[in-house]
Amino acid sequence: MSLRDHRLALLPLLATAALTAACGGSDDGDGGGGPTDRIAVAASDDACDVDTTELPAGVHRFTVENSGSKVTEFYVYAEGDRVMAEVENIAPGLSRDLPVELPAGEYEAACKPGMVGDGIRTRLTVTGESAKLSEDERLAQAGTDYQRYVQSQTAAFLERTTAFVDAVKAGDVEGAKALYPVARTYWERTEPVAESFGDLDPIIDGREGDQEPGQDFTGFHRIEQALWVGGTTEGMATYADQLLTNVQEIVDRANQVTLDPLQLANGAKALLDEIATGKITGEEERYSHTDLWDFDANLEGSKAAVQALRPYLEENDPELVAQIDERFAAVESELEQYRAGEGWMLYDQLSQENLRGLSDSVTALTESVSQVAAVVADR
Amino acid sequence: MSESSGPAPQAAGLSRRRLFGLVGAGTAGALVAGGVGGAIGRATADDAPAGPSATDAVPFTGAHQAGIVTPAQDRLHFVAFDVTTDSREDLVEMLRAWTEAARRMTAGQDAGPVGAVDGNRYAPPDDTGEALGLPPSGLTLTIGFGPTLFTAADGTDRFGLAARRPAPLAELPAFPGDQLDPALSGGDICIQACANDPQVAVHAVRNLVRLGAGVVSVRWSQLGFGRTSSTSTGQATPRNLFGFKDGTDNLKAENATALDRFVWVDRGDSGGDWLAGGSYLVTRRIRMLIEPWDTSSLDEQEKTIGRTKGAGAPLGQRAEFDPVDFTARADGDAAIPETSHVFLAHPTNSGTAILRRGYSFVDGSDGLGRLDAGLFFIAYQRDPETGFVQVQRNLRTDRLNEYIRHTSSAVFACPPGLRDEHDWWGRQLFGG
Repeated sequence: MSLRDHRLALLPLLATAALTAACGGSDDGDGGGGPTDRIAVAASDDACDVDTTELPAGVHRFTVENSGSKVTEFYVYAEGDRVMAEVENIAPGLSRDLPVELPAGEYEAACKPGMVGDGIRTRLTVTGESAKLSEDERLAQAGTDYQRYVQSQTAAFLERTTAFVDAVKAGDVEGAKALYPVARTYWERTEPVAESFGDLDPIIDGREGDQEPGQDFTGFHRIEQALWVGGTTEGMATYADQLLTNVQEIVDRANQVTLDPLQLANGAKALLDEIATGKITGEEERYSHTDLWDFDANLEGSKAAVQALRPYLEENDPELVAQIDERFAAVESELEQYRAGEGWMLYDQLSQENLRGLSDSVTALTESVSQVAAVVADR
Repeated sequence: MSESSGPAPQAAGLSRRRLFGLVGAGTAGALVAGGVGGAIGRATADDAPAGPSATDAVPFTGAHQAGIVTPAQDRLHFVAFDVTTDSREDLVEMLRAWTEAARRMTAGQDAGPVGAVDGNRYAPPDDTGEALGLPPSGLTLTIGFGPTLFTAADGTDRFGLAARRPAPLAELPAFPGDQLDPALSGGDICIQACANDPQVAVHAVRNLVRLGAGVVSVRWSQLGFGRTSSTSTGQATPRNLFGFKDGTDNLKAENATALDRFVWVDRGDSGGDWLAGGSYLVTRRIRMLIEPWDTSSLDEQEKTIGRTKGAGAPLGQRAEFDPVDFTARADGDAAIPETSHVFLAHPTNSGTAILRRGYSFVDGSDGLGRLDAGLFFIAYQRDPETGFVQVQRNLRTDRLNEYIRHTSSAVFACPPGLRDEHDWWGRQLFGG
């Protein structure tokens, strides 16, 4: 949960946000007359073979089959890792379809076995006619692109929270501990959207002591406290059920929201503030110390919001885009030092010097990202 | 935010200054502005200051940087930075941006050309706003470059400056009794912000820090609340937290010959090609062990310092500015003990002189109920080796050591002043 004023600042804006159907964007696959082909992607723990890498402009359908032993993800990126389409949480043995509309240009397909790192990448070249979008269309497209991102995250958030809740109710302390930071990753990536629902945020993500007088301490952090401090799931079944109900509700609502460009810009900045105020301080995960999972997720979420605006920003302030790219990369490489297996080192394993390096890089990035809103608002 | 926002800011600023004048320094304490080479009158109780008041601006350009011989202002915010970029180009760009912001802020303007409240509603303001309506307040911003800017600890020539590092710009040697915290010591670049209003000094540092994002990171910083030296004959000698007048025999702005000899780097000195007209800055955060001091007798205190606590006269003399006489006797002993601070630090015995510009600090308490307080010592000199280091070596047997601990140390080379409105901090060094 972030500082209260972030939420308050975002709420009035959201009230005016266009609410659109959950099937917006290219997910329905018929925006451009239906997918013209199927492109097989053979994903494993160490490979990501894309059947066809030279494509005509238009709508394509990728079919990703995971033959590996790890959960994987599949992304199609435009320049600067702007997500054109993605599918999260593909379990071993499963196959998932991903429709995506690709205008002419250079792209990269990526599988992320174990859901970590930059992934195994393949270059895609798309040729042919593609209409040049007007500035207004570019900005409108940003909202649609980001909504697609949010929807992919919320789907995985619900799945992972369900698994976490199941483990808690089964009394599986170690299993629940392992799932806790993973489920929260999806929440933290889309926090500006999710936490805009001011009634649900405190009961899902409130920390001990944040409650109104008489209000119970509930949600993720209540269960975190039981798992790490008490070493037990005892008494948590009710809280787990309640958490799942609330997550289902917030996912349903979040899927309906389309952020306008200014909200996207402010959301990208707000996520970086989350890092600076909650993660670098170790406040967010005060019992589990899994703050770096949240750090990484906030960073990815901020990047997704900025990248949704990228085509517009490149037209209007290419220098700023270059600086933002450089500074995102700097934070990522700083953070990368603390990767441990498929997760991260714990907060209390970091030295003051480690934290300072992270803090410096986030401060610089925030300074750049704070300029985005004015560029967008100039429109 | 508070009741102080009631009156017009200008009026509030003036009244605050008048208050200080009465309480802190008497009418003789009225500050006389004027950069180096400017006419600095001697202000006494009978002689109303002819120059601008404590709220006015100090010129930003001149042969030497302001903030060295400028009559010491009441407040300090000192900050040391680490440079976090590898890009010389980015560093130079920031120094240029800093210079422009400093030029504006020392003139009492907002840090950026648009200002705190007139910009794009969706962009962060180019000034943080807390100095809106406040007068320039004698703000000076003085920049210095540390040895690690030239050569990293592992010998790396970070920005192609290694060959330009003057020989005297080296880490200070260790001294007996040092208890330095490395995290509070050193730094690649420093900014000394002095003003007669603490909010003006803090505002200046804050905005420079903001402009430095991605290029520099604050390594350590120190607030000081009361000058402990006078750097002009127009200033009354203040008292430090031991309750003694400090800085009576300081080098003063009016003594140009001594400044040339002891403070300003000469063209013929090492590094004089870019540093001539500049000076070396040494800082030491000196924690005073307040409680033992406060329980020692007046006699012990005076013999430790070597001056009377009341008038500030050298022991054996009557008035503050009576000459120090080390041959004077009292009760069969030397009036000024050979282990007293004045005896050991005095130019007669240390063989050199430095320009002191320190400030008192109280950084709360230390968790054991003791004040974390002391003197943030600042000295300017032509060469640290023949300046601070020489004096400090001579203080090995200083009785005062029992009551103090040095907890932070740094050294910087401060370039000469800016010649005109196009000049920028570091031009001579980076060869722009």
